Amino acid sequence: MQIDGLTSQVRREMYTEMVLIRKFEEKLIALAREKARVVGMQILAYGQEAVAVGVAKTLNPNDVVVSNHRSHGHLLAKGADPKLLMAEIMGKATGVNKGKAGTLHLAVPEVNAILTSTIVGASPPLGVGSAFAQQYRNLPDITVVFFGDGAAAEGSVHEAMNLASLWKLPVLFVCENNCWAGAQCLMDHCCVDDIVRRADAYGMPGIAVDGNDVEAVYNSARNMAAHCRGGKGPALIEARTYRMRGHGEHDPCHYMNQSELQQWAEKCPIKTFRARLKADGVLTEEELAAIDIEQGAVVKEAVTFGDDSPFPPAKDALRDLWIE
Amino acid sequence: MVMLSTGQALQSALDLALSLDETVFIAGEGVGTSIHLDPNLPTHGLLEKYGPKRIKDTPVSEAAIAGLAVGASAMGLRPVVEIMFFPFMTLASDMLVNHAAKLRYMSGGKTAFPLTVRVKAGVNFGAGCQHSHNLEAWIAHSPGLKLVFPSNPADAKGLLLSSIFDPNPVVFVEEMLLYWMPGEVPEGDFRIPLGKANVVRPGKDCTLVSYGGAVHTALKAAEMLAAEGISLEVIDLRTLVPLDETCMLDSVRKTGRLIVLHDATRFCGYGAEIAAIAAEKAFDALKAPVMRVAAPDIPVPVSPPQEQFYKPNSEQVTAAVRAIMDQSVQRP
Repeated sequence: MQIDGLTSQVRREMYTEMVLIRKFEEKLIALAREKARVVGMQILAYGQEAVAVGVAKTLNPNDVVVSNHRSHGHLLAKGADPKLLMAEIMGKATGVNKGKAGTLHLAVPEVNAILTSTIVGASPPLGVGSAFAQQYRNLPDITVVFFGDGAAAEGSVHEAMNLASLWKLPVLFVCENNCWAGAQCLMDHCCVDDIVRRADAYGMPGIAVDGNDVEAVYNSARNMAAHCRGGKGPALIEARTYRMRGHGEHDPCHYMNQSELQQWAEKCPIKTFRARLKADGVLTEEELAAIDIEQGAVVKEAVTFGDDSPFPPAKDALRDLWIE
Repeated sequence: MVMLSTGQALQSALDLALSLDETVFIAGEGVGTSIHLDPNLPTHGLLEKYGPKRIKDTPVSEAAIAGLAVGASAMGLRPVVEIMFFPFMTLASDMLVNHAAKLRYMSGGKTAFPLTVRVKAGVNFGAGCQHSHNLEAWIAHSPGLKLVFPSNPADAKGLLLSSIFDPNPVVFVEEMLLYWMPGEVPEGDFRIPLGKANVVRPGKDCTLVSYGGAVHTALKAAEMLAAEGISLEVIDLRTLVPLDETCMLDSVRKTGRLIVLHDATRFCGYGAEIAAIAAEKAFDALKAPVMRVAAPDIPVPVSPPQEQFYKPNSEQVTAAVRAIMDQSVQRP
């Protein structure tokens, strides 16, 4: 697609961040198959890296991200420290939430990723609250809410979109339509074949975008974020992508169609962007390979940090409930 | 001191909180423009005084109202949101039970949710079980939520101010029929700390623990029993979470007898917890089994005789007290 004002520097950064997310989750795939390395279900956004990076790249540090169970990419793209995330996923005391969040509930307020909820459909109303605070304080910031096509079936999403539009709140709703809600594909859980049409119902702009094209996502997000930032209320992006793994790493994927998976593997957002950067002369094969190696080392360092960290004392489970 | 109804006392607390702190805002269904014009309603007149930026009428969207509170409090505001009637809390419960209560804990103490949810409770207004259903035990069973349930105008004001300025999420239950009950209320910034019960009537023979409107049922019973020479000590818990165990156990150790009274249903009701704590921590002091006076385990009926049958009354309390006195054994 036509590059709309994207500098080589931004494109290089986006590639680097996507590779970091991919390598981070490839490591989680491996760790999930070892005994007692990571805690709980590993729910990955493998293959959806372009959505997280394309959206986050348009944001300011003060913009807020509210994420869901498939959060690693969103948080890394927003600038969370991979070491602290990995330690958290391992349930260690040095984790970003002292081992109390695990993989599913990561909160990184340091980068304004204020909360992650694994309750499907919860991120929209929570994000509406965050955006209300931004509007109330006359801040120039916006809140990005990530949710999936499965979450779009929850009533809370309707309530959130109606309220956000009614009050002109600066919420950018980003639906990552990865074609799956558990073992149900979109046509089995949604009465229409898209999510973006809902924007009309709530009187907000909406756009469907190729969620595997990081530059297309970036351009859509930049336009929609500008709308939200301008006091005009919320906007909806439907990023069409594909869940390349199971619902989680515990899912044997017996219901998935292998040829469909293969087709989407050809559209891998990292593979296609890598080829484009090379073709455009932005990065050479050697430079790209160097980025791949460098990001692999970042993940390796994160795993070492997690491995070397202690578990929290059992009794610390009693802490952190109340502010005294 | 000034004479106010409970509704006006709550209104004075909201008014003061709004004037003290710019981060306080109010949201809910009809909190600005209500179908009712009654000046005894807690949010009456606030829209005119503070304007639509801070007094937010919402759509009929309980999940979004509660989500608004959780998200806005995460960003440093102090939301005071209203869920119109207790049974509607089920529609807001994901945001409260799974989010307000848990997100700080799961963040390892990094985030905070200083929100207050006001909700109307009670029976005896003929609206039936989808408007009348005291769900305080549900809330109390969710670690991470504080729970306040006042019984009179002064407590209502002092506890609501403490709730709004508490750094934790608080569910604040307002017994609707108390809105019109007058009482002396301290003026100005008057606060009652959360977690402190109140001995509203001292006595020596039997302890009765209650909260909310049922406290008045207990006080009426205490008056009737006094004529018979039985001295009932009535404790108004005021805050259900955290519970003031000390006040309750000190009283039980003094009287040796305990009755719990609430308008909620008996099975797995809040009174069961009070009874269990007394059994665990003051068994040696008890001269008789702990008794519960509570609503029968049915939905709140609408037909007047049936609704009156549902709500525990003073006669049931006096009967229970007489029974507990009869059953008592001597303790060394």
